[in-house]
Amino acid sequence: MITFENVSFSYGSAEKPVLSNISFYIGRGESVGLIGANGAGKSTVMKLLLGLLKGTGRIVVDGKEVQADTLSYVRKKLGFVLQNSDDQMFMPTVLEDMMFGPLNYGADRKTAEEAADRTLERLGLMYLKNRHNHRLSEGEKRMAAIATVLAMEPEGLLMDEPTASLDPFNRRIVIDTINAQPQTKIITSHDLDMICDTCPRVILLSRGSVEADGPADEILRDRALLERCHLELPIRYQFR
Amino acid sequence: MNKIEQSISELYEIDDLAAGNSMIHRRSALAKLAVTVLYIILVMSFHKYDLPGLVPMVFYPVILFQLSGIPVSLCFKKLRYVLPVVCAVGIVNPFLDRSPVLYLGGVPVTGGMISFLTLLLKGIFCLQASFLLISTTRIEEICAALRKIRVPSMLVTLLLLTYRYVTLMAQEVLVMTQAYSLRAPGQKGIHYSAWGSFLGQLLIRSRDRAQQLYSAMLLRGYRGEFPHAQRAAGGFPDMAYTLVWTAFLLFLRFVDLSTLAGGLLI
Ligand SMILES: Nc1ncnc2c1ncn2[C@@H]1O[C@H](COP(=O)(O)OP(=O)(O)OP(=O)(O)O)[C@@H](O)[C@H]1O
Ligand SMILES: [Mg+2]
Repeated sequence: MITFENVSFSYGSAEKPVLSNISFYIGRGESVGLIGANGAGKSTVMKLLLGLLKGTGRIVVDGKEVQADTLSYVRKKLGFVLQNSDDQMFMPTVLEDMMFGPLNYGADRKTAEEAADRTLERLGLMYLKNRHNHRLSEGEKRMAAIATVLAMEPEGLLMDEPTASLDPFNRRIVIDTINAQPQTKIITSHDLDMICDTCPRVILLSRGSVEADGPADEILRDRALLERCHLELPIRYQFR
Repeated sequence: MNKIEQSISELYEIDDLAAGNSMIHRRSALAKLAVTVLYIILVMSFHKYDLPGLVPMVFYPVILFQLSGIPVSLCFKKLRYVLPVVCAVGIVNPFLDRSPVLYLGGVPVTGGMISFLTLLLKGIFCLQASFLLISTTRIEEICAALRKIRVPSMLVTLLLLTYRYVTLMAQEVLVMTQAYSLRAPGQKGIHYSAWGSFLGQLLIRSRDRAQQLYSAMLLRGYRGEFPHAQRAAGGFPDMAYTLVWTAFLLFLRFVDLSTLAGGLLI
């Protein structure tokens, strides 16, 4: 469903490339953890995928290359939970924010509100429905941001640090929700235990290139590899 | 709450009002927009000495406040920022134009005083009309109405972004002043030596934030159109609303009510 072919990218022509020659393929329904140190280029990969940034090389989503004229196609397919929830939420209340996407894709207000209700119900967030976005706590904002994307029922989910600032209870809800979604998923996180729980496959980025790509329980157990890339074994593997 | 937080809350308050459901809220944005524009044009068209003619225009906001259930006090609370500006513009009039036009119990009333009052009243009326429009109509509906009358999508997007953005920018200022004061305890306000970098940061942050915001909208299918925003559009009630107000406002503007009332008394 998602193909990267020799993708390179740099912010501004003078700077050194942030990504160099990235290639990978992600099949329909796969769940992939994208991991790497701070500044490795994870968020950049996601932004390229959505056409928010433009690099060189080929990026294909569901049979169409990501280009100016396919952007709306691609963006309709992929829901993106941004790393910073403040960038994601722009309407006054959680409900309006959740309805924004579905409405733009032609749902009427009633259908959109029902979709929002269903999602909030599922995430146990009904109490946030009519709250003002700017008065939510960091974690509540995170949950609401995830809800806005799920309410659009996209075919693919991109989540940039979905569990950052969540309490253990909400973190568990997010993990369970991710696992319950049949869609294709790419999840970046420094919470490698969460990656263990949600992604059978892992792509490890280091300084802008793919260092490893394979089954999660091989890569996430490889202490030497992870430490070389400024990461650590997930807690569950540390004491064995 | 500090001042910035206060104004952020107030901005959101307008959104809450606009989400209401009175008979005015239910009219289509296009009808309300048309009537508001007509009202403002008519109010501005009064001659600067025509205070008696202008006064009856007060009917429009009074009736609308009644029907929409928007509290009048709230409106004046919000206008407190703008009214001083209106006053400042007109305050020189009484000094420039000192020819007495009439005597009230022997006290001369100058042309300047009349024109000052007229200007002030015009200001209040127009601000109230605009306030009534945005507190009974969601910004997306206004944008949709603008698109309907073929205002270019670029301009409409700009309006929407600005509206949504003012609150975000205020938050940015809030966050920055808080971060500043945490590391500059016991200081009141921001020291002038930091103004430059503070402003520069604010500009850069604002630009980035606007960019992010626009991306977030694009990601969720925004294409400069508002297919959904329209509440039950058009239809008889909206037609009636527009026609009745147009007739009534024209009547208030062109029929000399004060003379008429005077004539009735005699
Ligand atoms: N707007 C920008 N302009 C210039 N350089 C940038 C910009 N955004 C990111 N970078 C640089 O690109 C590199 C990759 O950034 P990216 O955000 O993709 O990292 P990341 O893997 O998501 O890191 P993190 O785990 O901290 O979120 C970093 O070195 C960063 O400094
Ligand atoms: Mg990142």
